[in-house]
Order: sequence, then structure tokens, then C-alpha cells
Amino acid sequence: MTTSLLEARDLSIHKGLRQLLKGVNLRVESGDIWQLAGSNGIGKTSLLRSFARLASIEVYGDLSRCDDVLYSGHSAALKGALSPRQNLKYHPSGLCIPSDSEIDDALASVGLSGYENALTARLSAGQKRRVALARLFLPTGRLWLLDEPFTALDVAGVEVLEQRFKAHAHAGGAVVFTSHQSADLGDRLNVLDLEQFRGE
Amino acid sequence: MSETTDIDMLRYCRSQTGRHIMLLVRSPSEVINPLLFFLLVIILFPLGLGPDREQLSVLAPGILWVVALLANLMICMRLFVDDFEDGSLEQLAMARVPLAIAVLPQLVASWLASGLLLSLVSPLFGLMLGLSMDVTPVLVASLLMGTAIMLLLGAVGSALTVGVQRGGMLLALLVLPLYVPVLIAGTRALNEALYGGDPYVALALLGAGVTGGLILAPLAIAAGLRVSLEL
Amino acid sequence: MWRIVHQFGSPPWVYGFCDRVIPWLLPITVVALLTGRVWGLLFAPTDYKQGDSYRIIYIHVPAAVVALAGYYVMALAGLVSLVWRVKLADTAMRAAAPIGAAYTAIALITGAIWGKPTWGAWWVWDARITSMLILFFLYVGVIALFEAYENKTVAARACAILSLVGTVNIPIISKSVDWWYSLHQPASIKFTGSSAIDASMLYPLLGMIVAFYALFALLMMLNLKQSLTSEYAQSNWLIKRITT
Repeated sequence: MTTSLLEARDLSIHKGLRQLLKGVNLRVESGDIWQLAGSNGIGKTSLLRSFARLASIEVYGDLSRCDDVLYSGHSAALKGALSPRQNLKYHPSGLCIPSDSEIDDALASVGLSGYENALTARLSAGQKRRVALARLFLPTGRLWLLDEPFTALDVAGVEVLEQRFKAHAHAGGAVVFTSHQSADLGDRLNVLDLEQFRGE
Repeated sequence: MSETTDIDMLRYCRSQTGRHIMLLVRSPSEVINPLLFFLLVIILFPLGLGPDREQLSVLAPGILWVVALLANLMICMRLFVDDFEDGSLEQLAMARVPLAIAVLPQLVASWLASGLLLSLVSPLFGLMLGLSMDVTPVLVASLLMGTAIMLLLGAVGSALTVGVQRGGMLLALLVLPLYVPVLIAGTRALNEALYGGDPYVALALLGAGVTGGLILAPLAIAAGLRVSLEL
Repeated sequence: MWRIVHQFGSPPWVYGFCDRVIPWLLPITVVALLTGRVWGLLFAPTDYKQGDSYRIIYIHVPAAVVALAGYYVMALAGLVSLVWRVKLADTAMRAAAPIGAAYTAIALITGAIWGKPTWGAWWVWDARITSMLILFFLYVGVIALFEAYENKTVAARACAILSLVGTVNIPIISKSVDWWYSLHQPASIKFTGSSAIDASMLYPLLGMIVAFYALFALLMMLNLKQSLTSEYAQSNWLIKRITT
């Protein structure tokens, strides 16, 4: 029996006096791609953050999860004063410091070769997004928890990301992401509609 | 791959310390401004109290320490704010290193750029206030330790208030009561040295404070950061 | 034994406890306070050094003692909330904070009232008063932190951490203030004159301390009941309780 990468049982999330979600059940196996869908404010980000264990005070229920996790939130944790290479090499989340060649490959995959040593502050918003994206091309966690990964990406960028998701799932990892847009990931994609878990 | 070894933690801390120092080097104003603040406020005291050297030199230990305290407070107000806003704190919390250890690189880098510099420059300011040069070793030693303790305590307050709008005043309210023992010990060391007593008791207490602070403060800082990240 | 401890975490049980205790605690507290006050005002002997103005210590000292104890109560509630995730402990901590702060303020004000006739100044920087002042700011800090967060559940967690940090620091602060004071004041003038106190003055003092503790407990229970009422306004058990 494969141990799932993430298992949430009867999870309910509160925010102050309000109950956002209740009775959430989700099981993420390796090779899965899950999209958390729902209207604005329903609690997609809160649920994702509870998976990341960044939110735990107002989270009730059972949650078990593997340790090898990569989380990407709304802000990209990039320092403008550093170069993309430095940002990726010294990313605060990573125990494994990627080698220069791995960084170069990752930046090339997102279409930023030549910009490795530029000042991140001088890049455009789209380019900054791609630097954040390049993290996914480094040897990283098995379980990806991504909050709105498709924002501010152009068509080419979306394509690159979709391909990366599929490759990661194929290699045994898993992706859980929130998004407003529907992603073209074929039959690999499972959608969890959070409307069914709306709290009182 | 899933076990976090000590070597990995050390490597992580080293690389993160390097990152923070790099960032500080690239924004020198963050380093210079507290020192300028220190100087400017020191200047206010002769202007306010009168230029009488005798009087100033009696008050010098207290003035130096109070100003060092305020400069430290200023630094702590900026401590985690940037990282909170650009998502770096989140990533820090996700790292597979205990958060209490993961915050140390930033604290070390901050201290090197603030407390250390302040302590080394302090004899000059002491001179301006008529402080005898004989007590320079005690002055520097006490400030080195005192600024370290104040940074650790201030970081606890900073961790709890980083998510609060305009949390600066709140930080001061939370942290200044905790600074009182440091102020007392620091001025005591200087006064003992100036008037022929034994400054080592006070210095030893400061040393104990640094040790105790290094062990306990990171736990509170990590807990505080996790609370702030819940917002 | 664990069942008893467990009950303390249950809001309906605690509400019921408060309901049962308050009716008899209230009169006892009032009687104790009145007795202590009258005894201290009228029946305790006149101090040979300070005359009758010293009688304010029958309010000042108990207030100070319970103010300090109150901080520990608050921090303990915070600890329970942090470690065992008991929501009621949050409520208890929130209840203790303003009461403790009020006690500290009373201690400070009565200290000033004592100071004026005794030493001629409204404010004297002696060790005890200075420590009280810092304690006051520690309380205010906790209350301010709670108000600063919009999400009150998260706020309670932050306050729990802050109270624990404060608890660890209180002995350090008070010892260092004592140390500071011993340097700057000659030992011949002992402002904190609780060294040799006559038995006839001691008993009313002890009585008042007990009365102040009882008052603290009473106020906490009233506050708890009120918080529980507003928090569980929609719950069945509360509606049933109130309507029966």
C-alpha cells in the first residue's frame, strides 16, 4: 500500500469567529495533481497553508503529510538586491544548496538564460515570476503546495509550468495548487471543489 | 534525504548568514542609519543639559546606555518586516530546520551590522560626553554583550508584532520593560569601573544574560513568528 | 483525577462552576474586605514613626501582592492554552489581564498616596514601586498585543507567548531593580519598611491580602462568565441554562 504524500481527514478551518471550511477530506498519492477550486474567499489559500502547516491554530481535524514539501505562496521570497542565481542558491527554504549548473539549467528552462546574474529588482514582473518558477526545476520536494502558480504568466510560461507539473507527477511527486484558471493538464488533473466544504 | 543532520543545519545557517550579510552590504543605509541616530541623540544631551564637562561625565554612562537601547529598538523594528512581506519568513518556516535555529543567521548578521559596530564606535561617543578613556574596555565589553541581549529580546517582540500594522510603538511597549535589567547592569559596570569598584560582577551578569538569551530567546522568537505567520 | 482536570476545559462545566461559586464568594469577599478595612483603619495601632498615614498599606500591599500573583495566573493560563490547546484557558488569560492591570494601578496610586505624607513626594523611585511600574507595563503590553491582532484566536496565542516571556523576566527585572536601588540609596533609609512589623498590624494585613485574592477570584469568575456568555451565545447549553 502506497503511503500517501498527504492525507487530510475531516479538516475544518476557522478564521476568527467564522468557519471557512468543514469536513475536508483529501488524499494525495504520488503522481497526483490536484487543483483546489472555488470562489474567491472560500478558503483555498487557507486550506493550502494548513497543508503546509503554516496555519495550524484554527485548523481542526487530522492531517498527516510527508516531510519533503515545497511551498510557494503569494509572495515569491525573492530579494531584489540579489541576482536570480543568488536568490535560488540561497533560498531560505532549502537545505540542499543547488549547484551552479543546476541553477543555470533551471533558469534556462523558464526562459531566463542570460539573466542569471542580473539584479532581480530590475527584472519585469513576469520575469520575476519566472525566477520564482525556476525553483520548481531544481531538485526539490516531492509534494508541491503552490498558491496561484499561474498568476502573471504569459501563454508560454503557462505551457512550461503545465509541462513541469506533468513531469513531476510522472517522476513520483505530487502537486496541489490553487488557481482561478483551469489548467490544461488532461486526465491527470483532479479538481477538488471547495464549495462542498463550505462552512456555516 | 529526509533526515536533517547537524552538518546540513550548519551549512544552512552558514549560507543563510552569508545571504543576510550580502543583503546588508547592498543596503548600507540600514547599517549606517542606526549609528547616525546614535550620534545625533548623543549630541542632544549636552545641548539639553548644558556643556558642563563635570556634569556630563557623571551622566555619561546612563546617556550612552539609554541611547544604545533606543538605537537597538530602532533596529528591532525593522528586523523581520521585509522578510515577512516578501514571503521569506514563510519559506524559513517551511525549511526542515527547527525555526528556532533558522532565525539565528538573521540575528547574527543583524548584530554584526548593528551591535558590534555600535560597541566599537562607542568610545568615540563616550569621549564626546567626557567619559574617561580608562573605562573603554568595560564600555565596549558591556555594550557588546548588552546589544546582543537587547537584539535577542527585541527579536522576540519583533516576532510577535511583525504582522501588526504600525507595530513599532507596540514593539517598544513590549520590549522596553525587558530591557531594564540590561540597562541597569550595563550602567552599573561602567559606574563601578569609573569609581574604582568591581565591574566584573555586572559584566558577568551580562554574560549570563547573553548565554541564557541565546538558549531561550530563539524558542520564543520561533513561536512568535509562527503566530505572526498565521495571519 | 484527569476527569477533574478535563472538566476545567469544558465551558458548560466552568460556567456552572462560576454560577455556583459566585453567590457565596461575593458576600464572603465583601465581608472580608470590609473587615480588613475597618480593622486596619480603626483598630490597628498607630505606627510610631508614620502616624496614621501608614494605613494605606492595607490596600497598597495586598494590591501589589495580588497584582504579581495575577500575572502568574495569566501566564499559567497562557501556558495551558499553548501546551494543551484548551480554548477556555485563552478566555481565562484574557479575563485575568485587565483585572491584574487594575490591581497594579491601584498599588501604584496607593503607593503615591502613601509617599506624599511619609516622604513629602508623590513619586519616589524606590525598588518596589519601580518594579510595580514595570509590572504595569508588562500587563499593558499583553492587553495592547491582544487588541492589535484582529483575529482573536491568534491574538490569544501571541499573548500566551508574551506572558510566558514576561514571567521568565519578572524575577530578573525585580532582582535587578533591587540591585539598582541598593546602589543609589543609602541603606539607612529603608523605604520598603516591611522588615519588623508588629503582629497587631500584621494580621489585618494578611486578612486584607486574603480578601484581595478572593476579590480577584470573584472578578475573574464574573469576567469569565461574561466572556463565555458572549462567546457561546448561540449554544444550546447556554440557552438552556439561562432560560431555566
